[in-house]
Amino acid sequence: MFTLYPMIASLYFSFTHYDLTGTPQWVGLSNYRFMFTDDPNFWLSLRNTLWMVVIATPIQIVFAIGCALVLIRIKRGGGTYRTIFFLPTMVPAVAATLGFLFILNPGGPTDAVLSFLHIPTPLWFQDPRWAKPGLLLLGMWGIGTVMIIFLASLLDVSRELYDAADVEGASGWQRFRYVTLPMISPVIFFAAVTGVIYGFQYFTEGFVASGGQPSSLGDPQGSLLFYGIWLYQQGFQYFHMGYASAMAWVLFLIIMACTLVLFRTSKRWVFYQGGFQ
Amino acid sequence: MRRRRILMSIGNHSLAIALAVVFVMPFVFVLLTSFMTRQQALTSRVWPHPWVWTNYQDIFSLIPMLRYGYNTVIYATLSAVGVMLSAIPVAYALSRMRWRGRNAVFILILATLMLPDQVTSVPLYIVFVRLHWIGSLKPLIVPNFFGDAFSIFLLRQFFMTIPEELSDAARVDGAGEFRIMTRVIVPLAKPAIVAIGLFQFLFAWNDFFYPLIYAGNNPKSITLAVGLSQILSNVQVNYSVSWGALMAGSVLFMLPVIIIFFFAQKVFIEGVTLTGVKG
Repeated sequence: MFTLYPMIASLYFSFTHYDLTGTPQWVGLSNYRFMFTDDPNFWLSLRNTLWMVVIATPIQIVFAIGCALVLIRIKRGGGTYRTIFFLPTMVPAVAATLGFLFILNPGGPTDAVLSFLHIPTPLWFQDPRWAKPGLLLLGMWGIGTVMIIFLASLLDVSRELYDAADVEGASGWQRFRYVTLPMISPVIFFAAVTGVIYGFQYFTEGFVASGGQPSSLGDPQGSLLFYGIWLYQQGFQYFHMGYASAMAWVLFLIIMACTLVLFRTSKRWVFYQGGFQ
Repeated sequence: MRRRRILMSIGNHSLAIALAVVFVMPFVFVLLTSFMTRQQALTSRVWPHPWVWTNYQDIFSLIPMLRYGYNTVIYATLSAVGVMLSAIPVAYALSRMRWRGRNAVFILILATLMLPDQVTSVPLYIVFVRLHWIGSLKPLIVPNFFGDAFSIFLLRQFFMTIPEELSDAARVDGAGEFRIMTRVIVPLAKPAIVAIGLFQFLFAWNDFFYPLIYAGNNPKSITLAVGLSQILSNVQVNYSVSWGALMAGSVLFMLPVIIIFFFAQKVFIEGVTLTGVKG
């Protein structure tokens, strides 16, 4: 199996120094010690990645719900809108990132629109404060998959529940808060779990957005140095195979822990229809 | 009441149209820019003036697009074939045959889905270095012939829905497991098998990480995703390359995927209805 052997081998390498020449040197926990105490880029990349997981992912989920809610209220011609909303999801990550690099570049189309509206234009991918929000926009553009799943679950919410809510005289917001939201909470949970797993491994968009070559990785000013990118540099540019393995295992444990926490708390906010009827 | 409904409908549609415009705009900007001269692409004017086709010629002289395209097609096609061939017997054994430890193996396969690519890529890289495969397309293609957790999972779920009586009937007729798999199950599961092949094809076409680490150091094995990202550094460093050419490359790169999407939308819908009738 191409998974089981690498998993065990990777755990072993994480306790060694190995640069592909010679044999791996057993060094015990020193990779891990160096990571937590002496490697500022480890913490920087973890912070940047957490931004994508904690800030970008929830915004994208809310946006996906919003799009699905708009789609579900269209009686005729909904299929066309659905195709249009979904289309960006099909665009390869590299092509999408290149496109956004151009669209958001100073003097580019976004600049033209924003200055027409007299809104000050950020420098996006050239400004450390605006680079990650630029990637957030890119992520929002491609929320199609999650949106489709939300749409399917919204279509499953039975008419009777809304009728009952209307009889009770519920307002629009109350209908959403007490009928829609509980009914789609399993999908929100699913989106959160996959968002965490995917978000911590964020790589391609960050790599391309920071210039796509070794000397510029993480630019501007380290704001796009994501965990996956720092791991890539350690492993496949400096060939610190032991250290990269240790980083990979720490990443794996972080993802496991976050997923576990989500599962534990899910009992409190995820509502499964099966248990109710 | 009726007037209110019409107003509501207008409101909903204008919201949907506004969102549709937002989703479509990036495509429009990229497409328009691919027809602009180098100087104009640096201005904030949106409409090409004059329209030029040269970007689509430039991109081919700038990087070996045909070579990269060929590599990408090879990677996407062969890995899709590999995933389909390897997932069928494993999914069959996990769903249609009874043996000890079956559930344990299934859970193990599911667990690997959670494993970050980064964990497995380092040791695999070392293996491929020893095999002298780095810089070729082999590390991208060969592992797919040994199974892929996601495809196995998807196919197993589909095999589970096929009634056991069909297999039993074939068994009564004296068919072995291999025969049942190839003659009974596979024809019924064609839509699902096509789906996993298609998913893998799209994944490979879009893939950046694996081609970057396994093949990225050899110009002969570079795929479109890696090749296009490498032009970017030229654009930003010395402006000798125009945004127009880069956007033209992006358009050519995403075009096949968009075409497959419009085509496959139908395949998927037909597949679902087909199985609904047969299963």
